[in-house]
Amino acid sequence: MSRETILNALLVAGLVALPLGAHLAGEPFTVTLATRAVILALAAVGLNIALGLGGLVSLGHAAFFGVGGYAMGILASHAQSYVPLMEAPFLIEGTKSMPVIWLVAVVASALAALLIGMLSLRTSGVYFIMITLAFGQMLYYFAIGWAPYGGEDGLPIYVRNGFPGLNTLVPIQFYALCLVVLLLALALHAVIARSPFGLALDAARQVPERVRAVGLNPTRLKLAAFTLSGAITGLSGALFADLNRFVSPTMLSWQMSGEIMVLVILGGTGRLFGPVVGAAVFVALDHHLGGLTEFWQVWLGVILLAVVLFARGGLIGLIAGERRTDA
Amino acid sequence: MPEPILSARGITKSFGALKASDDITLDLRAGEIHAVIGPNGAGKSTLIAQLCGGLAPDAGTVQFLGHDVTREGTAARARRGLARTFQISALAMEHSVIQNATLGCVGATGTPWRIVSRALRRGPLRDRAEQALARVGLQDHAATRVADLSHGQRRQLEVAVALTLQPKAFVMDEPMAGLGAEGSAQMTRLLHDLRHEAPILLVEHDMDAVFALADRISVLVYGQVIATGTVDEIRAHPEVRAAYLGDET
Ligand SMILES: Nc1ncnc2c1ncn2[C@@H]1O[C@H](COP(=O)(O)OP(=O)(O)OP(=O)(O)O)[C@@H](O)[C@H]1O
Ligand SMILES: [Mg+2]
Repeated sequence: MSRETILNALLVAGLVALPLGAHLAGEPFTVTLATRAVILALAAVGLNIALGLGGLVSLGHAAFFGVGGYAMGILASHAQSYVPLMEAPFLIEGTKSMPVIWLVAVVASALAALLIGMLSLRTSGVYFIMITLAFGQMLYYFAIGWAPYGGEDGLPIYVRNGFPGLNTLVPIQFYALCLVVLLLALALHAVIARSPFGLALDAARQVPERVRAVGLNPTRLKLAAFTLSGAITGLSGALFADLNRFVSPTMLSWQMSGEIMVLVILGGTGRLFGPVVGAAVFVALDHHLGGLTEFWQVWLGVILLAVVLFARGGLIGLIAGERRTDA
Repeated sequence: MPEPILSARGITKSFGALKASDDITLDLRAGEIHAVIGPNGAGKSTLIAQLCGGLAPDAGTVQFLGHDVTREGTAARARRGLARTFQISALAMEHSVIQNATLGCVGATGTPWRIVSRALRRGPLRDRAEQALARVGLQDHAATRVADLSHGQRRQLEVAVALTLQPKAFVMDEPMAGLGAEGSAQMTRLLHDLRHEAPILLVEHDMDAVFALADRISVLVYGQVIATGTVDEIRAHPEVRAAYLGDET
């Protein structure tokens, strides 16, 4: 077993044991903190597929995070006000059921990613960064002006949405649900990375002309990755909104996009558990330093700089060494 | 005479004031090795790029298997069965040798949308990739990262990836460069037999290899084909001797 595999197993054990311990010790706030880390990790798992496997530096992933969040907010707000979303030509009512909300969040954010990807992938490098940022800002300002759904003030949801067989109001139960979703997303990333699609995508990141020379279309591979990436980040947005019982344009802000990217780079771009480590460190710093000083992000910046300069594989790379090649 | 497999008709390409391809017409017929030689900067790689789709000619057409492919991209021509190797290795440096060969198999079988199976699992794709590696002599390096390969080994891998495509024609840009005596001899043997599977348009500076292998040779100087003929004809060609072979150091 490689060092990275052992490290990943330890991380999974920690994700199970620490919040469970906090729950048993009667510290629901710690459980909620862990839930936040797990949901942010899920958002970063999404970005890691685009950035790590596809080399797509998207500074607009908050768009998908927000689309997922608003999918939840809109459906749940209609359910709590008993006003249908739409009556003609057919009736669409709101819902408080997480599986339905997740499905809508995934489909909506995948569509958004497909459209944004189709337009953005005509460019590359700095232009790609800028155009994804621009699309994110477009949605941000749209949400600010979207009065029926709270506009600038955002949209509160009074009771957390439900999941069959669980009481999602109990922190540890909601945490367990989010953790299962995160682990499924990680499994998906692991499977994709070893698949023919993952091979072709990773090659498209490194040498697109080679990929073309064997008869494949690198842009299409990247578009598929971008769409899947957006869908996963969108799902995390729905969970994040449910965690806070609140959706607002902040979820769509470019700072949010930057934060998701920081999580990926901090943990290790392209490393399976990079987003998990990145999110855990980020949330821990936010919690412990955030209380001491408003400027804790300066320290985050220092850490990030050190990682980028001295540890190209992020924190995972620092501990587990360079990524091994498949053979 | 049978229809050529691959042909260029009046291909012209300028970079600013420089005519890198000047009304080039040549063809590649079944079963042959057609070598293209010429001094540095003569326009050999530029010609290859236009044949294989990386570069659009300003004028002229490219035909492959009876189709006009001038407006098709690299990937479309590859899917028709045109395999190329690059002068400057275009390999996934972070990947292992077997991963690069498998990429060729994935392209050739049109299976890039499989996300559940393992790319490197035992089976027909893996066999095909391993056979290609064995033919170029890289069978013992399957697990090596490309970044850790020597320059010569990368040349071999370029050819192996082309082999995995099981193409209808090969276009190779200096496959022998940096191979060393033994590697060159092995590559020469491989290409010698390979022409019967698919014809090879071979750009090569190694004149011993060219004279040993080529059925026909075209000489490119300043973007123009100044002569095409058999090895003996080209050796005897006065203009060629003056313009090119005589200049050899
Ligand atoms: N994209 C480009 N833009 C401008 N000039 C180019 C470009 N590509 C090639 N050239 C020029 O065109 C000429 C032909 O280049 P090419 O690479 O085709 O030569 P070559 O015969 O392959 O040389 P070598 O033996 O060194 O590989 C050279 O003068 C080169 O500088
Ligand atoms: Mg060249």
